Amino acid sequence: MSLSQTFDPHLDEPEPPLYAARKQIYPQSVKGFYRRIKWIILFVTLGIYYFLPFVRWDRGPNAPSQAVLIDLPHRRAYFFFIEIWPQEVYYLTGLLIIAALALFLMNAMAGRLWCGYLCPQTVWTDLFMAVERMVEGDRRERMHRDGQPTNLETFSLKLLKHSIWLLLAWWMGGVWVLYFADAPTLVKDLATFQAEPIAYISIAVLTFTTYTFAGLMREQMCLYMCPWPRIQAALTDEHALNVTYRYDRGEPRMSLKKATHAREIGEPAGDCIDCQQCVAVCPTGVDIRHGPELGCIQCGLCIDACDEVMLKINRPPRLIAYDTDVNIKRREEGLAPVFKPIRSRTILYAALIVLISGIMAYALATRAPFTVSVIHDRNPIFVKLSDGHIRNAYTVRIANMLMDPAIFTLDVDGLHDPHVEIIGGEAEIAGKPSITVGADQTRELRVLVTANDEDIEEGEPPHLEFTINDQADGRVAVGRDFFRTPKTIH
Amino acid sequence: MQDTPAKHTDDKKAIVGTTGHEWDGIQELNNPLPRWWLWTFYACVLWAIGYWVVYPAIPLVSSFTQGTFGWHSRSAVVADLDGLKTLRAPMNAKIEAASLADIEKTPELLSFARAQGSAAFAVNCSPCHGAGAQGFKGYPNLNDDDWLWGGSLDAIYTTLQHGIRWDADKDTRSSMMPSFGKDGILKPAEISVVADYVRSLSGLSTDKDADLAAGQKIFADNCAACHGDKGEGNQEMGAPKLNDKIWLYGSDKSVIMERITLGGGGIMPAWGARLDNPTIKSLAVYVHTLGGGQ
Repeated sequence: MSLSQTFDPHLDEPEPPLYAARKQIYPQSVKGFYRRIKWIILFVTLGIYYFLPFVRWDRGPNAPSQAVLIDLPHRRAYFFFIEIWPQEVYYLTGLLIIAALALFLMNAMAGRLWCGYLCPQTVWTDLFMAVERMVEGDRRERMHRDGQPTNLETFSLKLLKHSIWLLLAWWMGGVWVLYFADAPTLVKDLATFQAEPIAYISIAVLTFTTYTFAGLMREQMCLYMCPWPRIQAALTDEHALNVTYRYDRGEPRMSLKKATHAREIGEPAGDCIDCQQCVAVCPTGVDIRHGPELGCIQCGLCIDACDEVMLKINRPPRLIAYDTDVNIKRREEGLAPVFKPIRSRTILYAALIVLISGIMAYALATRAPFTVSVIHDRNPIFVKLSDGHIRNAYTVRIANMLMDPAIFTLDVDGLHDPHVEIIGGEAEIAGKPSITVGADQTRELRVLVTANDEDIEEGEPPHLEFTINDQADGRVAVGRDFFRTPKTIH
Repeated sequence: MQDTPAKHTDDKKAIVGTTGHEWDGIQELNNPLPRWWLWTFYACVLWAIGYWVVYPAIPLVSSFTQGTFGWHSRSAVVADLDGLKTLRAPMNAKIEAASLADIEKTPELLSFARAQGSAAFAVNCSPCHGAGAQGFKGYPNLNDDDWLWGGSLDAIYTTLQHGIRWDADKDTRSSMMPSFGKDGILKPAEISVVADYVRSLSGLSTDKDADLAAGQKIFADNCAACHGDKGEGNQEMGAPKLNDKIWLYGSDKSVIMERITLGGGGIMPAWGARLDNPTIKSLAVYVHTLGGGQ
């Protein structure tokens, strides 16, 4: 026998297969505090989801009147009183940063609140499971039926279940597309088969994914595909509340009869009677008594299940509860439990959320209703005229985000007595050509700036400021560029 | 008995055998291909046969198989171009109906004409005039205010339509500077003197011993008929201004002497035969709005 074989104790064991078949989970129905919270969140979030596209918001005659709308063909996004142009996509970035920080904060406060209550995968799976229970019955009935050979009744019940699932999935996808076009019009178009093909394709794709994810894959999404369980484990700490089996109270577990007897003769007995109810109700099939693990989405349903049992056997509730390992240890040592929701971690997350929200709110409140951007001609960089003067040409783009047409004048500052010509300018106002930009539109102009080369010093090119002035109320926006000549560095 | 790698290989060999190839004792197991791989392979073969049938595929002596779809890369381009033409048709009808001056005054038409003109310029004009119409030696810069044949909208339109010294078009702009040196009209010494005088017209430095009076006389006798008494140029004849800061070929004395010796002038094709009228109108507007238009 070679040396390496001596040291490998597993060599004689057959290699385990790389593929593990899924173990079907039959979650049992449960009633209680956390189940009620989950129902409320389900109705509220799905209610908002279905209702929101039909909410109207008057923006005047030149803009859509849908409160929440992503208008891809016209490159605009509307959210009630906010209208976002494509170049303002940083608002979306800010929103995503806030969302990430909110996730961190939730995690620091009470673990996987997102996974257990708010994640669409959880919400939809919950709804699909409710349908399953209504059609096929509860855990025992379903397990019994799946253990038997398929008969006509089983087949028709399954057919009904999958049909309802597909219907729900179809509604999910059907509403999604309403956020991308005028909802009432699109509903009519969809019904009369006159909508764009992309609408039908989107609905089909989302129907398929919702049906597959919420109906067929369920907990496998969380176990194998979602990155958050992996990330959140790195963000949690010993003071974050988690759904916890209080083993200090539960162990040693034994049957109710034995426990009663043990207590009578003064021997230690835990409150856990090993009834497996916490496992039976779990939507991901984990045993919470093993401690925190990847598969646990912390939905709190095992708390409800255990409380029911504790009530029946006349023991105090919350053998399973939102708690921390620190407290279990403290109770074992006879100390009072501590709860520290305010820690440096939670303060930091909350402060960052407030800071970034503040910056975004400030930026939104003070943003100009119109902008000007200037692009210098690349080729030629400058033009020498017959009298020796130097001319630079610029493309000036004015974006009018107002819902009414606006009239602007343009000033170019930074040079001694420049000659400014606007190609496409209109009737003069106070000696300057005016520029009309339609409501919610951009307009591009060619602006020529000519200066005497002798007035320009060698070295850095002079800075130019292009100021547009709204004739209605005198508000201004400024764009910047350079004036380049043969003498300036470029 | 333990499942060592060597035993594993022996077992496999007993089942599938080897390919019979052996290199320095290394043998190759004749493992069967996975079933899915094989079916994919057969499917690809079938697909390829279909491809041969419907698309141009097999070269023949003087032609090739056309394929049942009748697809051709050239006809695909033509279809794309036709599509573009259809797309632009409504705006081009307006461009055709409006006068050049009106196009520049109407924001909608101006932005369309500039966009269409810019694209047409990139394809047809930039090889000589440069991508930004900045020009090269002998090819005018179209951004500046110096025009050989006129910088008004109509003048630019006419130049585009009929070209310059383009013999195939009978209305082409035409004139010819004599080859003063090559044909012996002026002696090299006289050319040198008149070149100095030409430089002096726009205030450029001249040779210390330059005889400007003699140069002026030669200029008056030979050049002023087209270029004007003071070198102010003549757009009727495409004679460049000689008293400004812009030089088509350069302002060095040697370059000026070379131009006087050789004479001649630049050539531009007549685009009327190749481009449709709305495109030429758009090009005229584009060039005019580069900044130098008059």
